Amino acid sequence: MTSGHILEARNLVKRFGDFEAVKGIDVAIDRGESFGFLGPNGAGKTSTMRMISAISQPTDGTIEIFGLDPRVDGPEIRRRLGVVPQEDSLELELSVKNNLLMYGRYFDLPRRVIRERTTELLEFTQLSERANDKVDNLSGGMKRRLTIARGLMNRPEILILDEPTTGLDPQARHLLWDRLYRLKREGVTLIITTHYMDEAEQLCDRLVVMDQGKIVAEGAPRALIERFSTREVVELRFATDDHEQYFNQFTKFADRVEVLPDRILLYVNDGDDALRDVHAAGIAPASALVRRSSLEDVFLHLTGRSLTD
Amino acid sequence: MARLPDTKVGNARWIRSWWAHELFFKQTWRGSVASSLLFPFLFLASLEIGVGHLITAHSGLVEGQTYLHFIAPSLLATTTMQLGEGESLWPVLASVKWTRGYHAAAATPLAPDDILYGKLAWVATRGFATSFVYTLVIACFGALQSWWCLTLPLIGTLVTIAFSAPLVAFAARSDTDASFTALYRFGLVPMFLFSATFYPLSAYPGYLRPIVQLIPLYHGVALTRAAAFGQGTLSNELAHVTFLLVMAALGIVWGRRTMRRRLTD
Repeated sequence: MTSGHILEARNLVKRFGDFEAVKGIDVAIDRGESFGFLGPNGAGKTSTMRMISAISQPTDGTIEIFGLDPRVDGPEIRRRLGVVPQEDSLELELSVKNNLLMYGRYFDLPRRVIRERTTELLEFTQLSERANDKVDNLSGGMKRRLTIARGLMNRPEILILDEPTTGLDPQARHLLWDRLYRLKREGVTLIITTHYMDEAEQLCDRLVVMDQGKIVAEGAPRALIERFSTREVVELRFATDDHEQYFNQFTKFADRVEVLPDRILLYVNDGDDALRDVHAAGIAPASALVRRSSLEDVFLHLTGRSLTD
Repeated sequence: MARLPDTKVGNARWIRSWWAHELFFKQTWRGSVASSLLFPFLFLASLEIGVGHLITAHSGLVEGQTYLHFIAPSLLATTTMQLGEGESLWPVLASVKWTRGYHAAAATPLAPDDILYGKLAWVATRGFATSFVYTLVIACFGALQSWWCLTLPLIGTLVTIAFSAPLVAFAARSDTDASFTALYRFGLVPMFLFSATFYPLSAYPGYLRPIVQLIPLYHGVALTRAAAFGQGTLSNELAHVTFLLVMAALGIVWGRRTMRRRLTD
């Protein structure tokens, strides 16, 4: 109980029958940090989240949250956590306000406190005008924001968000990100899973990349990109169903070449230079794009697969 | 920052789950209450006008009672059984699978056991309130003849829980409601028909009686009749109560397993 981290997991394993969803991972998260689990669907992120939310018990390994053991102090830990699950799990027949009332009462908060916080949280999530509406009538983005408001009802020290913006339109995503920045500034520790690399880059101070139940890399988003990728990437598309045939042609232009079903990626220091060389060699792609390296490239490098497979 | 009350003090966690059901009920009760009040009146009136007259004309009294008086208490047993079913199957499946309300609750200080106990406490509350009203209705038809009738609301509550507990457990491990329809068709409806609800046990041939006595609802029907007419023997009634208590207890033990599995795996 002396780790000093707000959350620490060692050799965490989760098995469902024969299937091993999480295969022995270690994480340590500090207070006030914004920490991400990045990985494709099925990487074991949700299973990990449910364990560090003190909801499901690990099959093996240990977790300490606030220095407490979830097996012993589950209710006490959950009292201090806010959880935003992947599926909203709101009561659709109840009003917005009553959803928050119900949740607040689970924490045994006095009605007066719940009333005050409801006003505050609905303002924060821009839902004040919908307070008395049935949840069933809200848009997807509004439901998501209400789920976040609900997760904040108990003023949690850690807010755990599982795929917070999946299924939202860009505007709704940006509004949500803005609210999460504010929480971060207020000192709330954020733990986020996502399969969106831009979300991870935007929101996370530090993250782990997960693949098939294991952590394959850990660090700050920029540091991971510097370590596992080049500065820039050239994306080339050809009018063909088989980009594989071009592989050998490009090895001399780049540090590394990745062939995806629909395009070829050249990992280079200077994208414009590389593209000029390609053109000079008489190769004419149907389209070409120079961009900065992202976490997507890190993932591709580490696993040989793209995040959205 | 206002400190939260510690989990070890304050209101018991199962009560917080009961509150959630109460809140739900407060927002949605209007539709259900009128019909649940009207139903017993219509049911008893129709049986009295039709079947009751026929039976009285043909064979006189049934076990010393007019037909209306004979069946009125059993209506309390069948209604509380149906309440136990209705509150347990679809609502629980919805909470673990469709709206996932129980999963939301499991992310708070509530543990699966708290969610289960709060649910059953709420079903018991409804069972008691319904039984109380039905006792008054049965009294209106003049079918109460003993002070034991004061135990009818408790008997109704017991029947509700005896059915609710195992059905909650069953629903908590279900992924679709396909099995519920079969359960109704081949379990609950036959139980309603064959539990000596509409005629005395003595109407069955001797070799069938022990089988009827294995039907859970039979014990509720027998208890309500004994309480209404004051005609039972203590040992018999205790046996009926024990049967229903054991059923509830087994349901709770099973429910703890299925809820834990469903919510924390």
